[in-house]
Amino acid sequence: MNTTILLFLLQDGITNGAIYALLGLALVLVFAVTRIILIPQGEFITFGALTYASLSAGQMPGTIKLAVAMGVVAFAFDLFTFRKALHARRVLRSIAVNIVFPLAIWGVMWALGGRPGNIALNIALSLLIVAAIGLYLYRIAFQPIAHTSVLVLLIASVGCHLALQGFGLVFFGAEGQRGPAISSDAITIGALRFTGQSIAVYGITIALIVGLWLFFGYTLYGKALRATAVNRLGARLAGIRTSLSGQIAFLLASVIGAISGILIVPITTLYYDTGFLIGLKGFVAAIIGGLVSYPLTAAAAILVGCVEAFSSFYASNYKEVIVFTLILPVLVLRSLAAPEVEEEKD
Amino acid sequence: MSALLQVSDAHVAYGKVEAVRAVNLEVRTDEIVTIIGANGAGKTTLLNAVMGILPLKGSVAFAGHDVSKIDIEDRVAAGLSLVPEHRELFATMNVEDNLLLGAFRIDKATAARSFEHVYTLFPRLKERRKQLAGTLSGGEQQMLAMGRALMGAPKLLMLDEPSLGLAPIIVADIFRIVSELKAAGVSVLLVEQNAQAALKIADRAYVMELGEFILDGAASDIASNQRVVASYLGFQHEGASAI
Repeated sequence: MNTTILLFLLQDGITNGAIYALLGLALVLVFAVTRIILIPQGEFITFGALTYASLSAGQMPGTIKLAVAMGVVAFAFDLFTFRKALHARRVLRSIAVNIVFPLAIWGVMWALGGRPGNIALNIALSLLIVAAIGLYLYRIAFQPIAHTSVLVLLIASVGCHLALQGFGLVFFGAEGQRGPAISSDAITIGALRFTGQSIAVYGITIALIVGLWLFFGYTLYGKALRATAVNRLGARLAGIRTSLSGQIAFLLASVIGAISGILIVPITTLYYDTGFLIGLKGFVAAIIGGLVSYPLTAAAAILVGCVEAFSSFYASNYKEVIVFTLILPVLVLRSLAAPEVEEEKD
Repeated sequence: MSALLQVSDAHVAYGKVEAVRAVNLEVRTDEIVTIIGANGAGKTTLLNAVMGILPLKGSVAFAGHDVSKIDIEDRVAAGLSLVPEHRELFATMNVEDNLLLGAFRIDKATAARSFEHVYTLFPRLKERRKQLAGTLSGGEQQMLAMGRALMGAPKLLMLDEPSLGLAPIIVADIFRIVSELKAAGVSVLLVEQNAQAALKIADRAYVMELGEFILDGAASDIASNQRVVASYLGFQHEGASAI
């Protein structure tokens, strides 16, 4: 191997690693706040990517119908919860969030009438649709069982993944799709060529990480989310609703997933089930970070990306095997180092 | 004085075991009420159930409204606040953020006044406002837990064993502050094993044994009751000082 190939592989690894870092951070965030291992993260990626690709091709993506339908179910759940104390303000808020919001997105898409909008509008619409799905997913599948054990939440999470993946097949078919690049420019430094897309990946990843850091460090809602992660009962006694924290966490995770999807769909062809595998690599990083440490997760994600790039060069058939094998020594080391703990119940 | 908290015929069970039986409890506005009793009498269980952490059979009315069906968070917003036995602080966050989150449900102007009030009551917290809650001493953590609860400007503060595991000088400090709260318009429901200290600052008292209230009345009457003296205060209640 010469230096040029080494640099190419590193560049490739870091680009993919940046995406895995975003996904890993979202997984850590959701687990810390809600104790849910977010398997459907992969579907947020697929839905974001394929919604964007469909919109760019001038098609109406099926995800918007799913968002509207889930909104109606979420509203019904809200009404059932409010039945003992039906305040007009709560009901109106629920209508705005669950009914008006997805219908407004649909309205905009309908007004476009199948004409391909510009890239920025398509990205914004895709993000909003996936954000809505993420929010309603928490409301429907997880909020009613928020106080059960990690295992029950995991089972629900797997169920959501399978259901959403099925919807993905219905909406987008078995064919792969690609989307238009955010920028077709490229710059060359020495032997390396940086495409506009890869620069967008770095830029957006860094911007998101800084954004999350500011959100958690300096805003009341960010601090409330951290508080829920640190001490759930303490947070409830301070008046912070577990359900509010869960909704914000899912909103962030779904938007991060969708952004990741939109960033990679111009680089690789995505199928209805590709997101799961990409999400799993973020999961490997999150596990190396112990599902608690954000910096460790980000660093591990870059490592996962690089290992993947090098193994696809040396032994491309075993690429996935090598990446997922990374998790084994980490789990062994962690289980040896950590004292035995009973699962926390609250 | 009207009833601020009215608990009627309360039962709390862990599975088949009833930890609290047929309890009637009342806390009026501007009053310090204490529940004394031995370890395992059901005091903490009762407080947790009133707060909504444990399911309670019976009725809980607060400030004239039935709160027995609403969530913990809504009880907090209604002005009911609990400082739990284990304090439940946000250990990896600093003192100021812990306090700030205590005011999560109230407007910014009230929160600013709450900050001032809490820092006046606990000057130590102001000195340590950038320190992580988990690194504070036991006494400081208790002050922070009380401070966080007070940030939400509660009408009734429920304290669960505030003196547990603390040095006598700090216990004295905390009890002094509890009696100051009454002057500031906050009613207090105090659960305490240190019966002597609790009865000194309380207006009224309940005595709990094996999940039931066996006595109630003015704190001074309870303090001179023969049975209470024998069981909880030892034989030297007159002039003795535990704090």
